[in-house]
Amino acid sequence: MFDFGPFFDNIDLILEGFWATVRLAAAAAVLSFILGTVLASFRVAPIPVLRTFGTAYVNVVRNTPLTLVLLFCSFGLNDVLAMRLSGNSSTSYYWWAVFGLSAYTAAFVCEALRSGINTVPLGQAEAARSIGLTFTQSLRIIVLPQAFRAVIAPLGSVLIAMIKNTTVAAAASYAEAALVMKTILDAPSFTSGAIPLFIGVAVGFMILTLPTGFFFGWLHKRMAVAR
Amino acid sequence: MSKEATVLFDAPGPKARARHRAMTVAALIVFAGLLAAFVWRLADRDQFEGELWSPFLKWEVWEGLILPALWNTLKAAAVASVLALAFGVVFGLARLSDHWWIRVPAGVVVEFFRAIPLLILIFLAFFIPNKISPSIADSQFGTLQRVVVENVLFVFGVEINAGTVTVSAFAAVVFGLVMYNGSVLAEVVRAGVQSIPKGQSEAAYSIGLRKNGVMRLVLLPQAITVMMPAIVSQLVVLLKDTALGFIIAYPELLSAGFNQIPANYHNNKLQAGIVVAIIYIALNMALSRVATALEARSRRSRRTSGKTMGTGTGAPPAPGMSATGTAPGQA
Repeated sequence: MFDFGPFFDNIDLILEGFWATVRLAAAAAVLSFILGTVLASFRVAPIPVLRTFGTAYVNVVRNTPLTLVLLFCSFGLNDVLAMRLSGNSSTSYYWWAVFGLSAYTAAFVCEALRSGINTVPLGQAEAARSIGLTFTQSLRIIVLPQAFRAVIAPLGSVLIAMIKNTTVAAAASYAEAALVMKTILDAPSFTSGAIPLFIGVAVGFMILTLPTGFFFGWLHKRMAVAR
Repeated sequence: MSKEATVLFDAPGPKARARHRAMTVAALIVFAGLLAAFVWRLADRDQFEGELWSPFLKWEVWEGLILPALWNTLKAAAVASVLALAFGVVFGLARLSDHWWIRVPAGVVVEFFRAIPLLILIFLAFFIPNKISPSIADSQFGTLQRVVVENVLFVFGVEINAGTVTVSAFAAVVFGLVMYNGSVLAEVVRAGVQSIPKGQSEAAYSIGLRKNGVMRLVLLPQAITVMMPAIVSQLVVLLKDTALGFIIAYPELLSAGFNQIPANYHNNKLQAGIVVAIIYIALNMALSRVATALEARSRRSRRTSGKTMGTGTGAPPAPGMSATGTAPGQA
């Protein structure tokens, strides 16, 4: 039962799955950070329309299951509305998975960034203005450096959650590690080695998530604002 | 807010107000343009046809497809919530134990289940017993396996037939939700108890209470008030995650929306998806409201000396980061 032979017979497939996971996670990390920053800037903007939009987006997306978001992207937008992101159909599905995962994660990135800005006391900005710093200067020298340090830990948590959430793309038939595991298990010929397969995939995800967690925890401690 | 100074923006003067008005108009034009483009695309692909939307005005669609699916979603969420809370309390307190041989294994379990995706836990429960049970049935544990399945696990719909165990989709979803959310709740419980000032337990020890009494009479009652908002917002996460049942064909709300209804009504996946999304959002927002209300109440409460754990980012620090042990919302 604990024979790792069948696991290593399928190692090529599994590694290919994890490579797909890493590609999805990396692209979604970049895109969700960009979208989240834009949303956060909406939510703290002095313009009520933008604030309302940001709040509504975050509330709607945070209360929607990720599975639904991804299915809506792949079935609804890609298939029904034929909004293709690429000429190649599987590349188009990949980019919709990236987009759906990023649109979902962006809401959490936005909340993390906003709470980071809120940790900076108003007195800091008032002091910056009173010594004559302009808006850009006060943002660049006073507010953002403090806010950035405060969001390291929450952003790390969001990133790790996002890496784990890449598995949900299996619902949209994106062949990442979890779907590979399901495909292997589904085959009737695969009778022994189920537990080693689970352990292997679990360890694979731990290799992705735990060091990320350690790194962000270390960075958070190192960069903490003494206040 | 726009009338006052914030950290980022000073109180606007006449020039800034004029600029804000111009940007408001520009933003409205951009949003309206995006919306119009989307509606145009919908019309272009004939998505406003009456037959695609009308099923949701018929009672038999609700009675036959949507409400049973909603019931399945709520059933899985309710059973998993109760079990996850029990799991969370047991493992959260175990992690606070004075004995390393309780604390360390409990920590390993909690960190393991938090570090791997929920979906592969669901796969573990759904596929693997079927594969390994025949060989267990042949070993000396065969009788034990049969007794456990026939007397305990059958309530979740787990079946055994000639030594082969079949796990229902419901049981697999519940297993995954309990293990993952239970581990997160264990961290919430631990952080909640640790957030009570040390003076409380010192005072309790000094009047002669033992460990059991300190935890049961002094720390836990205060910690529960502190933890409530974080627990309820984790239950929102749990309710959302029932949608993963779609992948192993558990007949819940999402599969009603993307499989059953489109199969019967002209493949209206987009429309069914929108209706299902509205149901999910309404449910989760109601539950989130409860969490926010609890948070406000707990902050006012004098019944606890701990600091309320916010609903904000929800989960405690991700695995690997919890070395500092700070509770969410305290940073």
